[in-house]
Amino acid sequence: MVLQGYGYLLVFTLVCILVPSLALGLSWLLRPKAVGPGNFTTYESGCEPIGGAWIQFNIRYYMFALAFVIFDVETVFLYPWAVAFNQLGLFAFIEALIFIAILVLGLVYAWRKGALEWS
Amino acid sequence: MTGIDLQRSFIDLFSGLGIDPEVARVMWMPLPMLAVVTIATVGALAATWLERKISAAAQQRIGPEYAGPFGLAIPAADVVKLLIKQTVVPANADPLLFVLGPVIVFISVFLSFLVIPFGENLVISNVATGIFLVIAISSIAPIGLLMSGYSSNNKYSLLGGLRAAAQSISYEIPLALAALAVAMMSNGLSTVEIVEQQADLGILSWNVWRQPIGFIIFIIAALAECERIPFDLPEAEEELVAGYQTEYSGVNFMLFYGASYANLFLSALLVAILYLGGWELPFPIDKVAELLSIPETNPIWQVVAAFLGATVILLKAFAFIFLAILLRWTVPRVRIDQLLDLGWKFLLPIGLANLLLTAALKLAFPGAFGG
Repeated sequence: MVLQGYGYLLVFTLVCILVPSLALGLSWLLRPKAVGPGNFTTYESGCEPIGGAWIQFNIRYYMFALAFVIFDVETVFLYPWAVAFNQLGLFAFIEALIFIAILVLGLVYAWRKGALEWS
Repeated sequence: MTGIDLQRSFIDLFSGLGIDPEVARVMWMPLPMLAVVTIATVGALAATWLERKISAAAQQRIGPEYAGPFGLAIPAADVVKLLIKQTVVPANADPLLFVLGPVIVFISVFLSFLVIPFGENLVISNVATGIFLVIAISSIAPIGLLMSGYSSNNKYSLLGGLRAAAQSISYEIPLALAALAVAMMSNGLSTVEIVEQQADLGILSWNVWRQPIGFIIFIIAALAECERIPFDLPEAEEELVAGYQTEYSGVNFMLFYGASYANLFLSALLVAILYLGGWELPFPIDKVAELLSIPETNPIWQVVAAFLGATVILLKAFAFIFLAILLRWTVPRVRIDQLLDLGWKFLLPIGLANLLLTAALKLAFPGAFGG
């Protein structure tokens, strides 16, 4: 049975949701309520905050996010190969070699294009 | 199965009392979960105490000493303090996402403890996907970090949240590749199988000797995932106050704080399971039992062996935590471009090379690398 034991995952997820909920509830009962408008201002080194943070913003690392998707999917594809490798032998090794070589080519391209630079 | 099996004993006991075994099984279900949540919480609290004591020792101070013997009650005092503190949600913040962010991070860390084994049968659920599940669940945490960074509507929080997300996704790939090489040697993803494959010769058969490169990659990537110095850029206090945690107080901050130390404890346990033989002692304990001519089914022997195993895995985990805390007072913080260079231009190619090397060695020496 491949899916054995996943009932525990479901129940444990509920337990893990319960723990922070209990902490939040307990604290809500125990803590004093915040008072005064000064309590709710945004922190900015003790000054009055100038403008908000919800602005148009150059997210520099979106190229990393793209590269991450590629290599994360690659890793996911490699997992079944690695687990069944003892039954697959030399042929699968060469296949994986080609697969990884293509992706390394992609990494080299991204590297040369400067996609992996933070600037 | 030779190790202690509490579930079977529990079900046998209750069927002996005339209760249906299926009912007994359902009654058993919450017990290991509560035990593991307790272990994770106590482990995280112990890590905060160690952090204070070792930091103090590194700076030639005494550290906490009044709350209980050796200041051991200080983590409990921290929890009480944070629970009864005023909790502020800034007026400009998005209240729902602001509260949800730390909760998601907390859940994603604690959920991974599902597959952490403290003994052959001392695990909540030995699911077949084991280590893969841990890596999949740990991918949820950056969403919580981004949520809290963005919803705070604070410039420090936004920058910290973005840095945290960039850092976690960059180091997740080397981490997954290092774990992949280990899974290849044990021909399975289950954490229990991975430990059992390191059992034959005591300390000599631990994966650290067969996967030295993977071991180093995993430790570096785990430190980065935990946002420990030298990789603590998301909360670099000199630049970003506290990063995505800047606006958090009281119980919301406690969830972040608890999750970060529970994550350190989790990474330490993973290092122990993947590379340091998990609950296996440095010498093969089965051989000792044979030498003393104790049958493996002897209940007292089983209890002693399970106790020793659980102690040993915790010792290995806390050795890693000790290393992480000492590193904090030894090395400076890296810059963001250095951090990403290390992840993408060094650890990723090395991780791929290590995987192929493992595959080649497995083909050449199937006996030594798990057939």
